[in-house]
Amino acid sequence: MEHFLALVSKPDNVPILAILFLIPYFMWLAYKQARQTDRAGVPSDAALNDKVYVWPYLCRNEFVCAIIIMLVLGVWSIMIDAPLEEPSDPAKTPNPSKAPWYFLALQEMLVYFDPWIAGVVLPGFIIAGLIAIPYIDINPKGKGYYTIKERPFALAVFCFGFIILWIVLMIVGTFLRGPGWNIFMPWQYWDPHKIVPLTNVNLSYLFGIRDDTTANFFGFAVVAGYFALGPIFYFWKYKTSRFLQELGLIRYVIVSFLFLSMVALPIKMILRLALNIKYVWVSPWFNI
Amino acid sequence: MNEERKGLKEKITNSDIWKSIFRHGYENTGRRYTLQILQNVWLHLHPPRISRHALNFRFTWCMGGITFLMFLVTAVTGVLLMFYYRPVAEYAFRDVQALEFDIPFGMLLRNMHRWAAHGMVISVMLHMFRVFLTGSYKKPREFNWAVGVILLLITFFLSFTGYLLPWDQLAYWAVTVGTNMARATPVLGHEGPFTPTDIVTQANDVRFALLGGTIVGPSTLLRFYILHCVAVPLVASLLMALHFWRVRKDGGISGPL
Repeated sequence: MEHFLALVSKPDNVPILAILFLIPYFMWLAYKQARQTDRAGVPSDAALNDKVYVWPYLCRNEFVCAIIIMLVLGVWSIMIDAPLEEPSDPAKTPNPSKAPWYFLALQEMLVYFDPWIAGVVLPGFIIAGLIAIPYIDINPKGKGYYTIKERPFALAVFCFGFIILWIVLMIVGTFLRGPGWNIFMPWQYWDPHKIVPLTNVNLSYLFGIRDDTTANFFGFAVVAGYFALGPIFYFWKYKTSRFLQELGLIRYVIVSFLFLSMVALPIKMILRLALNIKYVWVSPWFNI
Repeated sequence: MNEERKGLKEKITNSDIWKSIFRHGYENTGRRYTLQILQNVWLHLHPPRISRHALNFRFTWCMGGITFLMFLVTAVTGVLLMFYYRPVAEYAFRDVQALEFDIPFGMLLRNMHRWAAHGMVISVMLHMFRVFLTGSYKKPREFNWAVGVILLLITFFLSFTGYLLPWDQLAYWAVTVGTNMARATPVLGHEGPFTPTDIVTQANDVRFALLGGTIVGPSTLLRFYILHCVAVPLVASLLMALHFWRVRKDGGISGPL
């Protein structure tokens, strides 16, 4: 318990405590407005063409907001001192070594994927995927107001990625990871000598494949099948639907690839945690 | 007495000096409200008028503005910190210690800089969340969303490069862990897949370019200092100008039209 309390009271973890309150608050705020829109309909044009002067109305808001935030920041700065540990020592590695809190979701992915995927490829996909959002989301509705009914898929995917895969993993990485990057519950003692049996096996091994070449082909088939079968089946079944016609083949391929890449992370987590699977695809060049 | 004061006020606001600085009067007319915005370099990125719903805190959450405010706070406190800090491995830690113990209000200055930076990371993430939830990235704002994503990355990178500067154990190992990822870059990192290991070694790969060495060392400190204080803030400022300008050119903040 004392380790957990030490973590919670660490000055650098204050932002995460703030996030624990801010995210639910703003989700509730957004949900309330979305429900209102979904019930009563989108606000009419007449109300929206109601223009006001920026000076004084907006500038006043900005000014008051700035004062309040500066007050919060001022109190925060007076009350809590920025951390300063002992001088840096390349020969003395702390256990665990943690990245800054906003990168801990990325560090958490390292448990489940090799560094080149968790540290380079998936972050690249996150960035590319974020930039691609406006170009692949062709739904013209839900622009400029909160709604759930008009864009359920987009909201579900984004909220899952942002809340679960980014914020929750960040919190797990900050508060539950201890020595050896093992999970320690808040009430548990941080034992640096904790023994974790490494019983993980590759997926091909689980299927009784012992030969490397066969395992390589098997892994390739599983990964290729994962990315191809679902999208092809869906496309074949719904290719005449208006949605797919409007989306077009290129957008459809990008959407399904990015979506499956995102979902691959929780799938790999479940495979690792529930079935003790190390790699899905073992090849001479890389492992996934 | 009141009359006298009024006379004095008129005299001042009608003087050539006053009029050379403030190019509008203070009458309560729409024309003056418009001029107030148009003729002020700090305010002119605003349009003269906006729709009423853009004032609504429940809609905007104010997060974009708070992010910008946090950037300004870090810029001001950062410049002040630069007076007391030398990015040299022998001095860096001692300078931060001196800030804490010797320099008047040094601790407050450092706290404010650090917490504003953390606050900026939080507010920029919430800003992105709000923009997504309201569908504000949709036509015609696609490009501005892309600029925003780049600015999000820049915010992370600014905070990350600044993390190293205190040169204590926390800084050193957080940055070591963070930059170790670059080892595994495909082709360009010496431990990545598809890397021609006879050409790309740990002394010339992408991580070496970032650190200026094979481990986090004095040259990393200097590199991160320059990135943190000069290069990245410059790029961030340019992109922020673009971001704000595009908000206006794309039709102001989004609304249900």
